[in-house]
Amino acid sequence: MSPDSKPILNVSKVVKRFGGFYALDGLSFHVVSGEILGLVGPNGSGKTTAINVISGLYAPDGGEIVMDGVSIGGMASHKLVHRGVNRTFQVPKPFMSLTVRQNIEVALAYGRAAVTPPTTEALLDEYRLAEVADRPAADLNNVQQKILDLVRALATRPRLLLLDELAAGLNPTELDWIAERIKALAQTGIAIIVVEHLMGFIEHITDRVIVMNAGKEIFEGKLAVAVQVPQVIEVFLGGEHAA
Amino acid sequence: MPSSLKHLLFMVVPLVVIFAVLPGVYQNHLLLFNFVIFLILAQGVNIIYGFTGYLPFGYVGFFGAGAYGFAIMVMQYQTPAVLAVIVAGLVGVALGLLLTPLLRLSGAYFAIANLAASLAVLHFVANPALESVTRGPYGVALSGTFDPNMAYAAAVVVMALTLVFVVFLKNSRFGLALQAVREDSVSASMAGVDVVRMRVIAWLASALVAGLAGGVYAWYVSVFYPDNVFSGDFSIFAIVFALFGGVATITGPIIGVIMLYGIYNLIGFTAPQYFQLIYGLLIMGLVLFLPAGLVSLATRRGWHVP
Ligand SMILES: Nc1ncnc2c1ncn2[C@@H]1O[C@H](COP(=O)(O)OP(=O)(O)OP(=O)(O)O)[C@@H](O)[C@H]1O
Ligand SMILES: [Mg+2]
Repeated sequence: MSPDSKPILNVSKVVKRFGGFYALDGLSFHVVSGEILGLVGPNGSGKTTAINVISGLYAPDGGEIVMDGVSIGGMASHKLVHRGVNRTFQVPKPFMSLTVRQNIEVALAYGRAAVTPPTTEALLDEYRLAEVADRPAADLNNVQQKILDLVRALATRPRLLLLDELAAGLNPTELDWIAERIKALAQTGIAIIVVEHLMGFIEHITDRVIVMNAGKEIFEGKLAVAVQVPQVIEVFLGGEHAA
Repeated sequence: MPSSLKHLLFMVVPLVVIFAVLPGVYQNHLLLFNFVIFLILAQGVNIIYGFTGYLPFGYVGFFGAGAYGFAIMVMQYQTPAVLAVIVAGLVGVALGLLLTPLLRLSGAYFAIANLAASLAVLHFVANPALESVTRGPYGVALSGTFDPNMAYAAAVVVMALTLVFVVFLKNSRFGLALQAVREDSVSASMAGVDVVRMRVIAWLASALVAGLAGGVYAWYVSVFYPDNVFSGDFSIFAIVFALFGGVATITGPIIGVIMLYGIYNLIGFTAPQYFQLIYGLLIMGLVLFLPAGLVSLATRRGWHVP
């Protein structure tokens, strides 16, 4: 990644409150096209909330979110999707009573992809869902549902992809496979933010990480460096003891 | 052959033809008319409940508003009946627009708010202060347009249009997106679907259907009171018929109306004293054993039900 490439997304001093509780408390970071950025931190540090705010599920209560030079904070989700943002969910959320194929078709039909999206068949094959294509999504196991979330996102041709614990629950073979898929996607120029607790996985695929604690970033840089920073070690050990 | 064409040819056309010729061979014209009305209303419930998940407990509000829209056009402006039916549909849509804020609610809250709204419309229409416009609680008598045969034909046309719209929903990306919204609105927005817009369109479409049905009903009966056309029975029956057959399909509500309304009338004729009991047991059985309707007997086996 060249240091002078312009960020596709710039998050600055974003605040998100739930009642009096600050889930995001002045979070700032950026990501550039083709980069895989890790977002790590203990449980409850605000990773999912950050994704929810960037993808339009919640409007920020302060700060600014800029994509391609346009302020997108508080914009409706479907409009963000049309601008090239998409995501997966920590707990997968497919359309349960629709078939796998229909799940994908909705996103193909309504995603308004700027570039021609791949066909349903290509996506089904590439993401190993061809065999279950005509089954309702409710019949899939948790891993398949996560993959379906990812495929739905990809059908809209995102330029910024937010993955919330996509790898949790995958077996080692599946982990290797999904790691390669994510890297290949980044190579096509997609900016990818990966939220994950599996440090080995983060180490393997990310260029850079943001370590979050209590709603703000406490470290930015290589994971290998992060694990030597006392503040980061403290947060993680503290978090584990608390958990 | 595309499936939408199949659905039109093998379901909509036969049903419309059957109801078009039945009056020639069967004497009970009113009963046939009521069947057509419930086929329309059950599909209207299907549009809003089956495709979006909003349970319209006050669905009759649109029906009654349509009936009074028809009556006012005929009484105050002496318009031809067909034009008054169209206005009835538009009155349904206007009421739907007025009630769009209800779509912010969900589940039982929506159902209850919708019920309350239909009662509010009833009391508004039945208000003696509005006697000069609606005849208030004293009811209307529209002798000038009385023509059961034409009104019946109009009902069959409205039924045909409603069925065509449901066939469209069942076969289009639009209908698929509506179902996606019903399943998970957050995920639907991440598929690029404008959730609010979709819900409003489905809501107004089902309001239009009920408004038109109310218009042809007013035309047919020509004498009615507010309590008749705002009777909660219309909502309950339409919902039960649609659910009994199975929503989000074309066939489910049709099967539901033919079977349940058929049984309803059979019991009514042969054993009126057991009517409530048998009907109640049937509905309980449905809720307990077939919550997704009769069509789920087939879908559970992996068969596709149009
Ligand atoms: N909708 C909400 N209403 C109230 N509080 C919320 C809401 N969403 C998140 N929170 C709170 O905000 C904090 C951050 O939650 P978030 O889900 O972002 O954490 P996370 O970093 O994703 O944690 P995990 O690793 O467990 O997924 C938590 O304390 C959580 O309870
Ligand atoms: Mg989380």
